[in-house]
Amino acid sequence: MSGHNESILREPLITGDNITYAKITDDILGPVENKPNKAWWIGFIFASLGALLWVVAVSYTFWNGIGAWGLNKTVGWAWDITGFVWWVGIGHAGTLISAVLLLFRQNWRNSINRSAEAMTIFAVICAATYVVSHMGRPWLAYWVLPLPNQFGSLWVNFNSPLVWDMFAISTYFSVSLLFWYTGLLPDIATIRDRAVGTRRKIYSIFSFGWSGSVKTWQRFEAVSLILAGISTPLVLSVHTIVSMDFATSVIPGWHTTIFPPYFVAGAIFSGFAMVLTLLLVARKVLGLENYITMFHIESMNKIIILTGSIVGVAYLTEFFIAWYSGSEYEQYAFINRSTGPYWWAYWMMMTCNVISPQLLWFKKIRLSIRATWILSIVVNIGMWFERFVIIVTSLHRDYIPSSWAMFYPTWVDVSVFVGSIGLFFTLFLLFLRVLPSIAIAEVKLLLKSASEQAKMKQIKEGHENKEYVAEYVESLQKFDSVKQEDYAKI
Amino acid sequence: MSNIKYILGSFGDPDEMMHGIEKLQENNISIHDVYTPMPIHGIEAKLGIKRSRIDIAAFCFGITGTCAAFALIYFCAVIDWKVNIGGKPSFALPDFIPIMFELTVLFCAFGMVLTYYASTHLFPGRAPRVMDLRATDDRFVIAIDAKDNAAHTVIDGLLKDAGALEVKYNERKYISYE
Repeated sequence: MSGHNESILREPLITGDNITYAKITDDILGPVENKPNKAWWIGFIFASLGALLWVVAVSYTFWNGIGAWGLNKTVGWAWDITGFVWWVGIGHAGTLISAVLLLFRQNWRNSINRSAEAMTIFAVICAATYVVSHMGRPWLAYWVLPLPNQFGSLWVNFNSPLVWDMFAISTYFSVSLLFWYTGLLPDIATIRDRAVGTRRKIYSIFSFGWSGSVKTWQRFEAVSLILAGISTPLVLSVHTIVSMDFATSVIPGWHTTIFPPYFVAGAIFSGFAMVLTLLLVARKVLGLENYITMFHIESMNKIIILTGSIVGVAYLTEFFIAWYSGSEYEQYAFINRSTGPYWWAYWMMMTCNVISPQLLWFKKIRLSIRATWILSIVVNIGMWFERFVIIVTSLHRDYIPSSWAMFYPTWVDVSVFVGSIGLFFTLFLLFLRVLPSIAIAEVKLLLKSASEQAKMKQIKEGHENKEYVAEYVESLQKFDSVKQEDYAKI
Repeated sequence: MSNIKYILGSFGDPDEMMHGIEKLQENNISIHDVYTPMPIHGIEAKLGIKRSRIDIAAFCFGITGTCAAFALIYFCAVIDWKVNIGGKPSFALPDFIPIMFELTVLFCAFGMVLTYYASTHLFPGRAPRVMDLRATDDRFVIAIDAKDNAAHTVIDGLLKDAGALEVKYNERKYISYE
C-alpha cells in the first residue's frame, strides 16, 4: 500500500481533496459522535412503529398459533417461508462483499463492507424469527437440535434438508457476526480513544482492549483473510441448502436440480439491491459521498445486471426443462404459474427481476442515483414475488383437484412481514448511531494509493502517459463528488 | 529524565514512519512496538516479526469440526437409532456432507478467532494498553524503551529527521484511563 502508486487507469475509491487520516475519522464518526439529525429521527420513528407492529403480530401468532395466518390444508407454507427466504437472500450481500470481494482483492469493498455486513446480520435475524414463529410451538424450537431426549433418543433426521438448513443458517449467522465484530474492533477503539467519561468506558469494554500494535494487526489480517476464505463457500452453501428445502421434495415446480445456483444468484441479486437501497440514502444523509462514490454504485449495479440475468436465464431454463422433461405434472405447474390464477404474481416477478434490471445496461440509468434507488426497490419487490410464486403456486394445485385452493393472507401475515421490515430498519438505524458505518481502518488503507488526491499528485508529477490521464479524467465525469474544474487546468 | 519510560515518535504518514524505523535500526536502537490506525504492510519483515501461525490453528480447528460432525451424525443415524427410510442405507454419506461442511466452517471460525483473541490478549473489558491516544486515529507511533536506549537526544533527532511531527516522553508505560 504505502509507497506504491496505483495505476492511473483505475477510478479513485476516495474522492475529494484535503482528505487526511484525521478527516476520514471525523467524517465517518460524525453520525456516531454527534446528535442525530431530523432525517434520522423521522426514519427511526417510522421504523420503530413497524417494529412494534412486528412485536404485536408475532406475539399474536405465538399466543394463537399459526392458525392466525391465512394458511389452509393445501397451502401450508406461504408468506412465512416467502419472508424467510427473502430475508436470508438479502442477508447474502454482506458476507459476499466482505469475503468474496476480499479474496478477489476488490478494494472498493472497503467502504461498503461494514454496513453490508450489519445489514446481513439484521436480515438473518428477521429470517430467523420467521423460522421460529412458523414452527407453531416456538417454545419447542430446541427440538431442531440433535439433543438426547426423553423419547428414547430419537435423533433429528440428518437426511433432511431442514436439519441441514438449521446448521447452515445458525453457522452463517454466528460466523458473520464474528467476522463483523472482529473487523469492528479497531474502529471501536478509535471511538474509545476519542470519547470521554461513560462513553469511553462503554466503548472500552467493547473494544476488547485493542491497541493497534504490529502483532495485533499482523494477526488481524491473517484472521480476516482466512475468515474470508471459509466464508466464501459458506455464503454459497447457505442458499444452496435453503433451495434444497424445496429441491429435495417431490412437488412439481420445486423438484429441480437448477435450484441451488439459481437461488444463490437470486440471493446475491436481492442482497446487492438492498445494500443500494440503504446506502444511497445513508451516503446522502450521513454525508459520505467521498467514500461511497459513484464508482461503488456503478459496480454494484453491474453485479445486479449480472445476477439478474442469471436469474432470468434460470427462469427460462426451468420452463424449458419442464417442457423437455415430458412430465405432464411439471409442465402443468409451469403453465399454471404463468397463466393460472397467480399469473399476476408470476409476471410481477418476471418484470421486476428480469426485465427492469436490464435497464441498468444504460450508463445513464446506472449512474443516476434516483433511478438506481427505484430499481433497487423494484428488484426486492420482484425477489419477494419470486419466492411467493415458487412456494404458493406450486402448492395451491394439490394432487386432487377437489383440494385446489387459493391463499389469502390475514392481517397477521401482512403485519409480520411489514413489521419485519420495520425491525430491520430499526436495527440498521441504531447501528448507524452507535457504530461506524464504514470500516475506518480499511478506508485509511486506500488513502495513499487509491484516492483522488493521490492520483492527482501522480498526474501533477507528470510521469503518466497522456492518454491514460485523459481516460482517467474522462472516467471522473460520472462522480458527483468530484470537482470537474480541478481537471480543466491539466 | 530518569522517570521517562518510553519515547514515542508520532508520525503523520506511514511512509515516513517506515523511514523512521530504518533510521533507528541503522543506529542500533531497539524498537519496543509500533502502534498504527491501520495495518502497515511490510512492517513485520522490518521489525523481524515472524509469520503468524494462526492458519495452522485454523486448519486444526476446521478438521476437528469435520470429524465432530461426522462422529455425531454417524453415532446418531447409524449406531444409536437407525431410521428406516424406504429401506435405504442408514450410512448415507452424501447426506452427511452439508452438516460436516457447516461444522467445519463453524469450528474453524470460532476456534481461530478465539485463538486470535487469546494470543493478542483481546477480551471484553480488558483495560486498553494505549501509549498515544491518536494512534487509533491519525498518528503512526513508534515506541522506544527509554531505559534500554540511553541516548535520548540522538533518538529525538533521528525521529525528527525522519519526519516525526511530535516526540513524546511518557513517564508511564500506558496512558491508562483514570
